Amino acid sequence: MNSGSVPRIGHIARNTFREAVRDRVLYNLIAFALLLSGAAIFVGQISIDIERLVVINLGLTAVSLFGVVIAIFIGIGLVSKEIEKRTLYTVLSRPVRRWEFIVGKFFGLAGTLVVNTFFMAIGVFGALLYVVHKFTRPDAQILVALYFIVLEFLIICALALLFSSFSTPLLSAVFAFSLFVIGSFADDLRGFAGLTHGFMKWVATGAAYLVPNFSTLNVISAVAHQQAPGTQLILQNTLYALFYTATALSGAVLIFERRNLK
Amino acid sequence: MTAQRRTTITAGACLAVSMTACVLLLRHIDRIRPQASIDDVLYLSSPKMVKRASLGFDGLMACIYWTRTVQYFGHRHYDRARSYNELAPLLEITTTLDPQLFPPYQFGASFLAPPPPNGAGQPDRAIRLMEYGIAHNPDNWQLYYNLGFVYYTELKDYKNAAKIFEQGSKVPNAHPFMKVLAASMAEHAGDFATARLLWSATFETSHETNIRQNALEHLRAISVDEDVSNLQAAVTRFGQHTGRLPVSMEELVTTEHLGGLPADPDGNAYKLTPEGRVELEMPDDFPFVTKGLPPGYKRSALPKFHTKL
Repeated sequence: MNSGSVPRIGHIARNTFREAVRDRVLYNLIAFALLLSGAAIFVGQISIDIERLVVINLGLTAVSLFGVVIAIFIGIGLVSKEIEKRTLYTVLSRPVRRWEFIVGKFFGLAGTLVVNTFFMAIGVFGALLYVVHKFTRPDAQILVALYFIVLEFLIICALALLFSSFSTPLLSAVFAFSLFVIGSFADDLRGFAGLTHGFMKWVATGAAYLVPNFSTLNVISAVAHQQAPGTQLILQNTLYALFYTATALSGAVLIFERRNLK
Repeated sequence: MTAQRRTTITAGACLAVSMTACVLLLRHIDRIRPQASIDDVLYLSSPKMVKRASLGFDGLMACIYWTRTVQYFGHRHYDRARSYNELAPLLEITTTLDPQLFPPYQFGASFLAPPPPNGAGQPDRAIRLMEYGIAHNPDNWQLYYNLGFVYYTELKDYKNAAKIFEQGSKVPNAHPFMKVLAASMAEHAGDFATARLLWSATFETSHETNIRQNALEHLRAISVDEDVSNLQAAVTRFGQHTGRLPVSMEELVTTEHLGGLPADPDGNAYKLTPEGRVELEMPDDFPFVTKGLPPGYKRSALPKFHTKL
């Protein structure tokens, strides 16, 4: 990477972020706020003794699902929209390499999701304060769950970009969403692989390791019960997410570099 | 009026009319098919299937299923239903989704174990639920307490109750009364004092208003049961001494030296019938009493809780 790459990636990322904001992506925060405040007020009246758990579980699940939907539906259009509007040719006619375009788009989308998650996190803590009236030390573990959710977004953004680099938006959405669902069953997949024998065992184990393991990044339930995720888990999940993201982004760059844009 | 404004007004009116029609129609449809409520339907009855379908968000699903359980039990209890077919499956799904969610064990046992209409009359399912809870939360002494409670109150299995309280007393940070309960269960299982000890423990260790109120009502009922038992014994003694029944409560009090006209916890004096039965003046005010009820007495409505916390 030469020294000019970083500012170029930065420009593309900033523009991607601005475009997402212009597309009113952050409007989802209103729906999120309504959902959380509604839950915080009404759950106490229709259930027993789970107000705190609901706010944490619902809040973090909503952060995760809203983010996944945004990552998939924005991510799949990042490349195809530029081709459709023919703005990609303008960008690439300047001294911008194709890989810089992909990486810039990735950081732009990731940045949008981080900002979105930041505001949602404020909402989660606000709703929690409304329900429990004061924070305790274990509530800080919610930050770890939010961090893991951001790691999950990085993987999904990279996957959406990977599919977007060679496929139509509709198929990309199907692929990305399917991988999200399959990745949520990653632990089960490994269990199934353990039940097979011979060549099938190799294939099944390979497939189980190929799909992203989202279940390891989901600590919402544990955090809701005030169980702290260990430092080792935080470290290794971080590395896993970064490596998986790098893998998917590299695949996207490899495909996009060879794609005939004429 | 411009064409655009005309369109806006027409579309707005159309929207309002259509939406109102939809709401009214749905209300009619609900009346035609009242069985369409979700109360008795479990689309996915396998706890493992529900867990997988939750895509890893099992904590939230557990909260949703727990809320559904509370609503299901509440509605059926309000309707004085005699069956609670979906209660145990709902609780099993909830606890499979999140084995560390405590309220389904704590409340679930008291929903499942008592006979209808106060509960589902399934103490065996309550025991299974609590054993599942203990297997997944072995350090939670309150689960042992709740399990022992089911053995004691619903099954009158004092031996197992004592064993469970004893096991629970060994859990780190267990409340000291667990040891007392185990000992008292082994020696005086059927006593009013033991029952009082259990319900007092429930009252003191719970922060939930419903549970505390329920415990308080049971303590009031124990007090009445004990009073009626003692008074009935006094009537028998009176008969043995005099060869007849006392004509009034005053005569019984004077002859047996009871020291004042006996009254229930609300201050209403107990009645003495011509047949020599001691009865409560207001039996509806004591939903859990087993003694002092008029012959053939049937509770007319939902238990009325007179205590306010």
